[in-house]
Amino acid sequence: MTLIDTEKWREILTTLGQHKLRTSLTAFGVFWGIFMLSVLLGAAKGLENGVMDGFPKVPNGVWVWSGSETQIPYKGMAIGRRVTLRPEDVNDIANNVDSVGFVQGLNSVGIWNGSPPYTVHEDKNGTFFVQGSHEGMALMHSLEVTSGRYLNLIDMDERRKVAVIGSRVKEQLFTDDDQVIGADITINGISFQVIGTFRSLSQGNSTQEEEKIFIPNATLRYAFNQVGWLGSFMLIPKEGVDAAVVEREVKEFLYEKNKIHPDDVGVLGSFNLQQEFDKINGLFLGITFFSWLVAIGTIMAGAIGVGNIMLIVVKERTREIGLRKALGATPASIVIMIVQEAVLITAVAGYLGLVAGVMILELVSAAVEASGGNDMFQRPGVDFSTAVVAVVVLVVSGVLAALLPATKAAKVNPIVALQDE
Amino acid sequence: MIKLNNIHKYYQTGEQSIHVLKGIDLHIKEGELVSIMGSSGSGKSTLLNILGVLDSHDAGHYHLAGQEIKHLKERHAAHLRNALIGFVFQSFNLLPFKNALENVALPLYYQKMGRKERNRRAAQYLEMVGLSDRAGHMPNQLSGGQKQRVAIARALVTQPKVILADEPTGALDSQTTAEVMEVLKHFHGLGNTIVIVTHEQDIANQTQRQIHLRDGLIDTADAAMTPEVVV
Ligand SMILES: Nc1ncnc2c1ncn2[C@@H]1O[C@H](COP(=O)(O)OP(=O)(O)OP(=O)(O)O)[C@@H](O)[C@H]1O
Ligand SMILES: [Mg+2]
Repeated sequence: MTLIDTEKWREILTTLGQHKLRTSLTAFGVFWGIFMLSVLLGAAKGLENGVMDGFPKVPNGVWVWSGSETQIPYKGMAIGRRVTLRPEDVNDIANNVDSVGFVQGLNSVGIWNGSPPYTVHEDKNGTFFVQGSHEGMALMHSLEVTSGRYLNLIDMDERRKVAVIGSRVKEQLFTDDDQVIGADITINGISFQVIGTFRSLSQGNSTQEEEKIFIPNATLRYAFNQVGWLGSFMLIPKEGVDAAVVEREVKEFLYEKNKIHPDDVGVLGSFNLQQEFDKINGLFLGITFFSWLVAIGTIMAGAIGVGNIMLIVVKERTREIGLRKALGATPASIVIMIVQEAVLITAVAGYLGLVAGVMILELVSAAVEASGGNDMFQRPGVDFSTAVVAVVVLVVSGVLAALLPATKAAKVNPIVALQDE
Repeated sequence: MIKLNNIHKYYQTGEQSIHVLKGIDLHIKEGELVSIMGSSGSGKSTLLNILGVLDSHDAGHYHLAGQEIKHLKERHAAHLRNALIGFVFQSFNLLPFKNALENVALPLYYQKMGRKERNRRAAQYLEMVGLSDRAGHMPNQLSGGQKQRVAIARALVTQPKVILADEPTGALDSQTTAEVMEVLKHFHGLGNTIVIVTHEQDIANQTQRQIHLRDGLIDTADAAMTPEVVV
C-alpha cells in the first residue's frame, strides 16, 4: 500500500473517471489558482524587469557636485563664494569618511556646459560628449564594452590619450571596413587612440549615452583645461551602508572642510537613486507578496473545493467504504485512498495550470519582443523555484484538504453503512 | 470454531440503553451449517455482527478460530475479518463500478496479493458459483441471484474460516433462492462453516442446526424441539 501502487492508482483513475463532471469541476478550481499564480507572478516579474532596466546598473551610486554660491557667512568667510571640488578631495574623502567604499572625481566636456568637442577620424567627423572616467567604472556608467577593452589603471597613471567610444560614435566616424580598435581619432585637435567600443545598458536614453566618448579623467583634465578642479564625485557606499548616509556624511565632510555653514543648502548639489530604487524594489516586493497572497488564497479556495467534493464523495461512497472495511480494508488504507484521490486531482490540475500559465507568459513575452520591446514590460516569466514552491503549496493543500474527509471515511461504521434501508 | 460464553450487548440511544443480547451461549463447530432465526428486532443481526468482528460485545467471551476476540484495534479487526470471515449480505453490496471478477477479487486486494494471482483465484471461485461466463459483466448486468452468487464467491475467495450470511435470500424470489441455497450447501459440502440468518423456515430447514433468538436470548426449549435436518 505504497504511493507507487499502480493497482491503487488504476482504481483511483477508475473512480475519478466515473464522475467526470465532478472531477473536472473540482480540478478547474485548482487549475485556475495555479494559472493565476503563474500569470500574476510572471506579469509582476515582467513589470519589474521593465522598470529595473531603467535604473543604472549600480543603483546605489551617489553624485556630488558644486552648486550655488554661499549665502550664509560662516567662520569668517564671506557670502557669495563658489566652492569647487578639488582633486585632492578624493583622497580626503576616502581617508576620512568611513561609510564610503568607492570615490572618484569625474570631469566632462560639453555635457554640463559648453559645446561638445569636434571629433575627427580621417574624412569623417562629428560632435560628441566627452566624459572622464576611471578603471572599473563601466557598470557605474551603465555601459557594456562590446569590443576592445575599458580604461585600465595604466591609462590612468600615465594619463594616456585613449578613448572608449559609443556605438553611435563608431557608426558616425568609421565605415564598416575600418579597423576601429587601435585607430586614431582627433578630439578638439588632440589625438586619441580608440581602445574599445561600448553599448549602453540604460533604458530610455541609450541613444544619447552611445554618443559619448569615455577617456581617462586625468587625461581629460589636462587636455581640456580642467586641471585644478573636478566636475563631480561619484561615490559608492561600503557594503551594507545606505546611499543616503554616504550622501549626508560626504557633504558634511566637504561643508566642514570648505567652511560652509551647515544650513547653507545648495552649495554642494547631490543626488542618489537608492531611495527611488528601494521604493521601486519595495513596490515590487509588495506586488510579489500580494500576488502570492492572491494566488495562495485562490489555491486554498481550490483546495477547499477539493476537500468539499471529497466530503461529498465520502458521503456518497459510504456504503462502498463500509463494504471495503468489512472485507478487510484498514482505516489507514481508506485514508490513503481518499487522500490520493485528492492529491491526484490537485497535482494534475495544478501542473496543467502551471503549464498553461507559462505558455501564456511565453506568448506575451514573444509578442513584446516582436513589437520591438517595451520600456515598462520585459521578459515576463516564472522562475523554477517559484514553480516548485507553487507545486509544493498545491500538493500540501491538497493533502490538507483531503485529510478531514479522509478521516471521516476511515470512521465509517460498516454496520451502519451496510444497513438495508 | 465459534465459542460464545454469556455474550451481552447494549445499545445506547440517547438517555436510555437497550439490552439487545442478554447472555448468549453458543458453540458452532467447524464445518457446521447453522441458521439463526427469530422475530424482527430479536438481535440476529447484532449477533452476526459480533461474530463477524464488525461490532464488539460488552460482556462475555468470544473465541473465534482459537483466539479470543476483545478490545481489538480497528486495524487488527480488519485483518481478522479479511483472513477469517466471509460476509454475504441481503443486498449483495457489490461495487457497481467493478465487474464480477474484480468484485470477487477485492478481498484479496486487501491481502496485498498480486493482480494476476488475484484474478486467477477470483476466476476459479466465479467458476465454482457457475458464473465464469459473466466475469466481465458489471453488477447492473446481472440478475439478483447472479449478484448473490458473485457475493458468495467474494466471501469465499479468501478461504475464510466462517461464512456469515445475513438474510442472503431476503431479496430473492423462490427460484433464485433455491439457486443460492444450492451454492451455499455446495460450499458447506466442501467443508466450510456457514452461519445463515433467515426469516424463512424453508431456508432454516435446509441447515443442520437452527438457533432461535427470542428477546436477546437463545430459545433453548424451542431449539430442542427443532428437528435436525441433515443435508
Ligand atoms: N446501532 C443501534 N443503535 C441502537 N439500537 C440498535 C442498533 N442496532 C440495533 N439496535 C436495536 O437492537 C435490536 C436488535 O436489532 P437487530 O438488527 O440485531 O435485529 P434483527 O434480529 O436483525 O432484526 P431483523 O430481523 O429486523 O433484521 C433492535 O431493537 C434494534 O432496534
Ligand atoms: Mg437483521
